[in-house]
Amino acid sequence: MKSYYEPDDLQKFSTITRVNKPLGDKYFSYYNSVMKAGALSEREKALIALAVAHALRCPYCIDAYTRICIEKGSDEEQMNEAVHVAAGMAAGITLVHGVQMMNKIDDTII
Amino acid sequence: MLPNDQLAILAALPHSFQEAISPHLPEPHALTPCALTTLQLNIGKRCNQSCRHCHVGASPLRTETMSRETMDTCLKVIAEVDEIKTVDITGGAPEMNDNFSYLVKACKNLGKHVIDRCNLTILEEPGYEHFAAFMAEQGVEIMASLPYFRKSYTDRQRGAGVFDKSVRALRKLNGLGYGTTLPLNLIYNPSGMYLSSSQQQLECEFKHHLKQTHGVEFHHLYCLNNLPLDGFLQALLNLDKLTPYMDMLKAAFNPCTLDGLMCRYQLSVSYNGYLYDCDFNQMLDLKIMPTPHIRDFSYDRIINRKITTMNHCFGCTAGSGSSCGGELVK
Repeated sequence: MKSYYEPDDLQKFSTITRVNKPLGDKYFSYYNSVMKAGALSEREKALIALAVAHALRCPYCIDAYTRICIEKGSDEEQMNEAVHVAAGMAAGITLVHGVQMMNKIDDTII
Repeated sequence: MLPNDQLAILAALPHSFQEAISPHLPEPHALTPCALTTLQLNIGKRCNQSCRHCHVGASPLRTETMSRETMDTCLKVIAEVDEIKTVDITGGAPEMNDNFSYLVKACKNLGKHVIDRCNLTILEEPGYEHFAAFMAEQGVEIMASLPYFRKSYTDRQRGAGVFDKSVRALRKLNGLGYGTTLPLNLIYNPSGMYLSSSQQQLECEFKHHLKQTHGVEFHHLYCLNNLPLDGFLQALLNLDKLTPYMDMLKAAFNPCTLDGLMCRYQLSVSYNGYLYDCDFNQMLDLKIMPTPHIRDFSYDRIINRKITTMNHCFGCTAGSGSSCGGELVK
């Protein structure tokens, strides 16, 4: 194994059904249903997926969803804003825990 | 790029379109015409724009233009062949041909449906502003190029200011009834080395954004794939991406597209009267044989010809397919 992340591995995703095929099939069926247009368009869903890909730092998903976002009709400005939403949420999630820190300080310091 | 240089590059690729289609076609495994319902006339390479992806290599510097004499020869064929229901006028910017109005009126007088492949911005250029009203009066269908519903990709592909100008032209067309009572369709092509998403999905996005942001209405969006020709081919070569792009087109080969391929229903005429299976073969100068000129037109020979294919044809058979009328498989 030269690297923990190989671009070609993305094409092999479906082979996770090699064992536990019924579970794998259920996942792919669920995933395909989730990404279809509903109250949100396919383009909007792809932008959410792109933001999640960045938040969870998945290079496979960033590769796939950058292309899918372009195909579905998003441009760089929109995709960049989606990444900022992920970054803004991540920063906020870190900062809001500062309240716990402050609570602990207030409990501790007399 | 010169046609011969493009042909040499396409021929040297490890992909084979003939091998891909052979199993799906009866003996002799060649594409053949189904009918001749459309005559597409490329009436000149002059254009007010010079776009990166233009397979024609059209620009303001080009001088090739169809003469009145060649137009008359085409009109004779259009009049004689009842099966030809549609005359599809393209370029360049077809409106820049001095005889554009003459051609449109003559085709309408023959009772034919006329399509103008319009880049939109020409309708805002000095000296060409009257064409929008002219086409409305003649009942011409407009197929307008618009790569994206926002400025970003449109201006990147077509030049600074093109999007705003295109929106002004679309509003003018809407004011004349286009998009409601008169047929106005938009043509989309991807801004890079990817296939377009489904026509239906992108049409929804275009309609929503153009209406919400600009108050623009249109009927349908037609999605085209980028064929590896001329400017786009050169860009792929510069980035060393030709082979991966061809791999992608080949991987997306869809035999269901073969029945609807535009080359099976139309003939493409160049500005100087030569005949081709499609506009793309025209750019590669792959003339149809044995009657390569409109003055020698013979319906029997045309309908019984073998269509010339090469590796660029993978662009029309990828995914949902691609043609002058958009995707081929729903």
